[in-house]
Amino acid sequence: MKQAEFLNVVMPFKDKLFRLAKRLLVSREEAEDATQEILLKLWSKNEAMEDYKNVEAFAMTMTKNFCLDRLKSKQASNLKLVHSNYEDEKTSLQRQLETEDSIAWMERIMEELPEQQKMVLQLRDVEQYDFEEICELLDMKPTAVRVALSRARKMVRQELIKKHSYGIG
Amino acid sequence: MELDNIEKLLEKYFDATTTVAEEKTLQAYFSQESVATHLEQYRPMFNYFSNAKEERYTKQVPLKPRRNYYKWISVAAVAVLTFGIYFGNEYQERKQAEYAYNETKKAFELLADNFGKGTEKVAYLQEFEVAKQKIYNNN
Repeated sequence: MKQAEFLNVVMPFKDKLFRLAKRLLVSREEAEDATQEILLKLWSKNEAMEDYKNVEAFAMTMTKNFCLDRLKSKQASNLKLVHSNYEDEKTSLQRQLETEDSIAWMERIMEELPEQQKMVLQLRDVEQYDFEEICELLDMKPTAVRVALSRARKMVRQELIKKHSYGIG
Repeated sequence: MELDNIEKLLEKYFDATTTVAEEKTLQAYFSQESVATHLEQYRPMFNYFSNAKEERYTKQVPLKPRRNYYKWISVAAVAVLTFGIYFGNEYQERKQAEYAYNETKKAFELLADNFGKGTEKVAYLQEFEVAKQKIYNNN
């Protein structure tokens, strides 16, 4: 496979890989590194790539595994992920920009979710994958996906209602 | 979109039984300017999801055309091997020469030793000479 062909295959879903990586690793830099790593890995085995039925699903699974490994090794070495993606609460309060504020809350709420729920929510509500695809990507049973998704959505709702009734912002 | 329908969809949504199309309907509803006040609290959620989808990976990936490293590695290996054999042989030869030299030296030493013994014995001849002189002098 030539470089141009490879890029044509990869281009449509490289953003999805990045968003999934960012969902899990939180930090933008980490996610960029992870995405690059995955794309290079794909490139290094691009001869075999024509045999895969679904390159996108394969790449998503690779990303998921890579990021989870990354998180595990971070925890083992006691390193905290450094990130500064969301706005500081004070400055955004000062700015009084309601939408930006609510996005920052949502970002924080999403960060609090367990990894599996993060992934399910990301794949379903952001990327709008079908249930079958999510099952395949995450190697989970359909019922498990539904349960995780429902739990994640309810958790987000609960947190949002909390914020809403406090009337922050 | 009637409110009734949206409320029903929301309920299904939280039970994770909505289809992708229904979820798109919900997202479309919440992206409107005006949302029913009691549903306002869900707005950040849906806005966030559609917002999150806008994020792009902008970094360039340095895709190098894969070079055939193996070829160069084998060339290097052959070079190393040739040098190794060449210098190895030279070393071996030098060792052999050294060994031969040492053996010859040993042989010569042995010879010299034996010559030494010979001259020792010849030294007795001196006694004969001394005795002879004595006899001459007496006469």
